[in-house]
Amino acid sequence: MSTTLLIAMLITMIGASTPILLAALGELVVEKSGVLNLGIEGMMLTGAVVGFAVAYTTGSPWLGIGMAALVGAAVSMIFAFLTLSLSANQVATGLALTIFGTGFSALFGSEYTGKPLELFKSVFPAGLAEDPYLRLIFGHSPLVYFSFFMVFAVWWFLSRTRAGLILRAVGENDISAHSIGYSVIRIRYGAVAFGGAMAGIGGACFPLLLTPQWVEGLTAGRGWIALALVVFAAWRPLRLLAGAYLFGLIATVELYTQAAGGVFRIIPTELWASLPYLATIGVLVLISLGRSTNANAPACLGKPFEAGH
Amino acid sequence: MSIITRRTAIKIGGAAAALPLIGSKAFAGEKVRAAFVLIGTPDDNGWNYGHDLGRREMIEALGADKVETTVVTNVAEGPDSERVFRELAQQGHDIIFGTSFGYGDAMLKVAKQFPDVKFEWATGYQTASNLSIYNARFHEGRSVLGTIAGAMSETGIGAYIGSFPIPEVVMGINAFHLAARKQNPDFITKVVYVNSWFDPAKEADAARALIDQGVDVITQHTDGPAALQVAEERGIIGGFGQGADMSAFAPKAHLTSIIDIWSPYYIKAVKSVIEGTWAEGSSWEGLAAGEVVIGPYNEKIPADVVAAAEAVRLGIIDGSVHPFAGPITDNEGTVRVEAGDVIDDGEFWGVDWYAAGVEA
Repeated sequence: MSTTLLIAMLITMIGASTPILLAALGELVVEKSGVLNLGIEGMMLTGAVVGFAVAYTTGSPWLGIGMAALVGAAVSMIFAFLTLSLSANQVATGLALTIFGTGFSALFGSEYTGKPLELFKSVFPAGLAEDPYLRLIFGHSPLVYFSFFMVFAVWWFLSRTRAGLILRAVGENDISAHSIGYSVIRIRYGAVAFGGAMAGIGGACFPLLLTPQWVEGLTAGRGWIALALVVFAAWRPLRLLAGAYLFGLIATVELYTQAAGGVFRIIPTELWASLPYLATIGVLVLISLGRSTNANAPACLGKPFEAGH
Repeated sequence: MSIITRRTAIKIGGAAAALPLIGSKAFAGEKVRAAFVLIGTPDDNGWNYGHDLGRREMIEALGADKVETTVVTNVAEGPDSERVFRELAQQGHDIIFGTSFGYGDAMLKVAKQFPDVKFEWATGYQTASNLSIYNARFHEGRSVLGTIAGAMSETGIGAYIGSFPIPEVVMGINAFHLAARKQNPDFITKVVYVNSWFDPAKEADAARALIDQGVDVITQHTDGPAALQVAEERGIIGGFGQGADMSAFAPKAHLTSIIDIWSPYYIKAVKSVIEGTWAEGSSWEGLAAGEVVIGPYNEKIPADVVAAAEAVRLGIIDGSVHPFAGPITDNEGTVRVEAGDVIDDGEFWGVDWYAAGVEA
């Protein structure tokens, strides 16, 4: 395999990984605060349609991403109100959020189907962004650099800041955190909003980074993979980066080996296609076997909190 | 399109109960009621749009005073669809079209319970006394696309992005490739399966993988513009629209398109219900019947290539060209079709091999 082909493949892989990475990073923070939001797919679809609609009407992908984040956060507030203020079941509410997001995006997006958009490409000069080698560094959409930045930011926030420590404390032992004066509900609202915004941006990656169109169900189940990745990464941001790229690599190699033909065809395509799911099951088994990784799961994950108990 | 409330449903139910006594609807002076069950929404610019357009043209052709339609959108395949088909039958529809392969089991079941209601299963494979199947010969259109691809490719490498390796997809690939080889005997068709009926982002990545490896003409089995948009962005020779004209997505790369036109069949089927002549059957029409149509050619295609493509199109219509005319050797060297022989309709669904030069 030539170097230029390898670089081309890596660029495709990075694109395929980015939306999952962004959405999973958001969910990681949500889960660290003790909340399980299964509505990622719904929030991603909402972000995808809003990102498309705004970028299409205003011509500005930046505005599209911003609005996708805002609307993603707004939609997640429905979930937050039901589960945090009214103590509704998080699993059921999260699933309802996915169904809502799927339906809302289909309804809102119906007038945008069949319309073309421009991809949000590299903002570096063409000399750097289109050079066969340098494009590995400069040839990406701003969304890709944003995802790198967010991995670092989330890692730094959770492990190096006081606010991150409080958020983790709320996820580990909500009653203790409450008793020493932290507002568990308010902190969780903030985490859920962040998760919604990140899922919204992850969704906006579909029309802006991968395939410049809107069509119902565009994310095709990536939200569920993002959800699995959080567990896969044992709630660690840097491992999440590795996991998202591993998933992207498997998905991309599947296509490049098929296109290469010949000896690369030895592994059946069906096996390639099922590898990310097999890997997730494998990791779940490992987690349930080993105590060290399991201990990293937030102790209050998915449990409702009511002050005064 | 009518919106059904519970009350009207009961009224209609009462009317329908009296129907068998009257026999043909033409004498009753009543409208025939046709229902269409779609897997998505009519604004998808592809499969569902095609069926809904067929419905509208059918109403126009037969007259709104003769036929009245109900459309149910976003019906998932499987058990949920059974409920929809049963409700439509109970509401007194005379003919119900299920426009997706996966509705089959539900339709066969409900058809048994409502022997007076006619059922029509698109892309189906099994009929019953009140259930017909209908499909289109998309592979005929792919012969025309292959002719253009073979003549225009500079690298001599084309690609076909497939969903799953089922006979219809395999035969789409073979039709495309065999036609391309008539133009360029060394033409290679690279096949990538995305293992999904719907995943635009993955289709786009498949197109990237193919173009990165020398492909300069690309076609796809599913009806989204994802691969075409990548072709436009990368500036390769081009690609083709599937299901509808998709030139808006890729003005430079869009060479031509295969368009599904269902109205001839819908007119025929509903008319036969109006006249009381409907019978169990299996319809599989293509270019000749106008159910598969080739869209406008991009102006960048040279005149001689357009002429070659038209020769194939017209040849298929008049029967002088067959998409699967022998001799055909498969990509492992076995002779599959002798010179002078063809793959007929019966053999079509059993083909599990690729023609020589297909890399799959």
